[in-house]
Amino acid sequence: MTDVDITQELPIPVERPPRRTHGVVDWLRANLFGGVFNTILTLIALYFLAIAMPPLVRWAFVDAVWSAPNGQACRGAGACWAFIGEKLRFILFGTFPYEQQWRPLAVVVIFVAMILASCDRRLWGRRLMLLWLAGFIAAGVLMWGGILGMRYVETRLWSGLPLTLIVAVVGLPFAFPVAILLALGRRSRLPAVRVVSVAYIELVRGVPLVTILFMASVMLPLFLPTGVTIDKLLRAGIAFVLFAAAYLAEIVRGGLQAIPRGQIEAADALGLGYWQRTRRIVLPQALAMVIPPLVNNSISGFKSTSLVLIIGLFDLLNTANTALTDPNWQGFATEVYVFVAAIYWTFCFFMSRYSQMLEREFNKGRRR
Amino acid sequence: MASETIDGGVRSSRPPPWRDPRVRDIVLQVLFVAVIAAFFAFLAHNTIVNLRRQNIASGFGFLDREAAFGIGESLIAYTPADTYARAFLVGLTNTLYVAALGIVLATIVGTLMGLARLSRNWLVARLAQIYVETFRNIPLLLQLFFWWALLRGAAPGPREAWQVLPDVFVSNRGIVFPVPREHPAFQWMGLAFVVGAAAAYFVHRWARARQAQTGRQFPAGWVGLGLILGLPLLVFLGFGAPLSLDVPALRGFNFAGGAALSPEFGALLLGLVIYTGSFIAEIVRAGILAVSWGQSEAAMALGLHPGQAMRLIVLPQALRVIVPPMTSEYLSLTKNSSLAVAIGYPDLVSIANTTMNQTGQAVEGIAMIMAVYLAISLLISLLMNLYNRAVALVER
Repeated sequence: MTDVDITQELPIPVERPPRRTHGVVDWLRANLFGGVFNTILTLIALYFLAIAMPPLVRWAFVDAVWSAPNGQACRGAGACWAFIGEKLRFILFGTFPYEQQWRPLAVVVIFVAMILASCDRRLWGRRLMLLWLAGFIAAGVLMWGGILGMRYVETRLWSGLPLTLIVAVVGLPFAFPVAILLALGRRSRLPAVRVVSVAYIELVRGVPLVTILFMASVMLPLFLPTGVTIDKLLRAGIAFVLFAAAYLAEIVRGGLQAIPRGQIEAADALGLGYWQRTRRIVLPQALAMVIPPLVNNSISGFKSTSLVLIIGLFDLLNTANTALTDPNWQGFATEVYVFVAAIYWTFCFFMSRYSQMLEREFNKGRRR
Repeated sequence: MASETIDGGVRSSRPPPWRDPRVRDIVLQVLFVAVIAAFFAFLAHNTIVNLRRQNIASGFGFLDREAAFGIGESLIAYTPADTYARAFLVGLTNTLYVAALGIVLATIVGTLMGLARLSRNWLVARLAQIYVETFRNIPLLLQLFFWWALLRGAAPGPREAWQVLPDVFVSNRGIVFPVPREHPAFQWMGLAFVVGAAAAYFVHRWARARQAQTGRQFPAGWVGLGLILGLPLLVFLGFGAPLSLDVPALRGFNFAGGAALSPEFGALLLGLVIYTGSFIAEIVRAGILAVSWGQSEAAMALGLHPGQAMRLIVLPQALRVIVPPMTSEYLSLTKNSSLAVAIGYPDLVSIANTTMNQTGQAVEGIAMIMAVYLAISLLISLLMNLYNRAVALVER
């Protein structure tokens, strides 16, 4: 009897359908013209684009000169990309003997291939280390030559992109062990070891890289016994190893600090000594944790290699600067810098995207 | 037999010295220090021998000698007849000047760009993202060369200078802009500014105390702003608005009047600000994203309007995340200002470099640069740590 159909008693108010949230107009309203302030921002941004873009596009593409016999013919309203074409091999390979420039090209290919291979996490491990060793040996043979019918080329002539890659990459295997020792030293029980490690790390991190490069180029010859001389490239390499070690040490220390105390206590309980505990328990976990910051650090390391031009090495930026001094092609600095910037940017952008991807992957387990 | 060892009958309470961890620690440390000391003694010995062989003097005596080189731009009076010590001082002031200006401007640019990246406005967010991704991934030195080439090479001569703003000219001689002429009123305005700032501080304290007692609010922010800006303005008007601009004008082959920035300084400052700004933008963005959305929702539920929620709830929490990495950005900006040596702005490193080339005293020159940068780094760390302590979470 009391069975009442409640749906009939309560009339459901008629509502308008919810606002559409797809379609061009709705997207525009949500993202560009929602509210007065938002609209003003959009208009300012559009005005800025309207002023900046047309001249830029005209300079870079419409009015650009793509081929010209010399600088005079190239001078116009737009960019002179012909200059890049003319100087491409000099910018990339510098003073390396012209007919032998397939060798530095091969070195660049080897380095890029090794960097790409290192991105694949399935390859991480002993095999990758062997691959890098093989790559370094191949690069060394190709750059120096002197065997297999290749002409010997001294390091004075190495320049351009391969030199940049060599300075950026070859130092790392030397800097990394030093960095691990410094990081362990900074957390050591022994006060003397701790003080020395902290002093080294803070000293190097407190001064600009330029000073360390100056030190390597001016003071290193003074430090060595009389009669011993040292190659300019090696000097820059030593400076980079000393510099990178301090920065890497701080990153490794971050990993060491993140190891739960229980891990160390468990290792002690199992009767492992300090080195066994460090090598088998602490470092594998700590180093795995700091891989994303390590990649980030290699980006800034790669950018810093451009500083070697201050002590007179011919890296990519310095060959570009040298190309600008050609009296037949004067005044195309903007074009050259844009071109070189594009090369650096490609490397760094790729690495930063990769490190972001790694961070996401590494945090998967930690995110709820 | 076995029971004897377990009882401790055989074991002594102290192990023999070669197995005593305390003795071992001390011996290890002594050895470690000895090896390091021997290494440095070896380097020092070689250095002394090499310097003697090359007939290079040592010690800081050269600082009192005449420098005999000119310096393009200087904040303090300097002539080539001054001493090396004076030249170093010029370099130091130039470094501090460009670093301080760079830190302020990079913070402003970076914060604006960081906020822009979080904007709900798609276009603004994308433009900010393009800015960040472009300039972060190009070496600073290359950017410096680029701006320098643009200011020196691509910019026209003074006769055809670009007028970017009224009376602001960009030419290959640098950037010239008008400055107000000296007038005694400016000193009084400075005094009024200080008085206004002090008054604003006391108004702020009073307003807080009153709100805590009675709950009534007082627009302390607006009143404070009015005091800080209004008092100097009143003084300015009281003197009869004595503003006469020293406007740059083309005279002969160059500009006369106004103030000028050299292309080197302009390129260095522009490069440092744009490069560091792109890093600061990411720090600001990460800091604001680190404050969970629930905090803003809770603030709105309490009835705070968006401005208040930002100022009272989100920003204090974001600052805790932002301040430590910001410190290292400030430090690296200061260190990066040493790249001035590559484009010829007379900073500390570039003057030390000239000095080292003239005197051959590399050890002293590099020691001085290192000491100065370490001191600057420590000072910035100290200041930022004090600030960090002020904004850090106070726990029980």
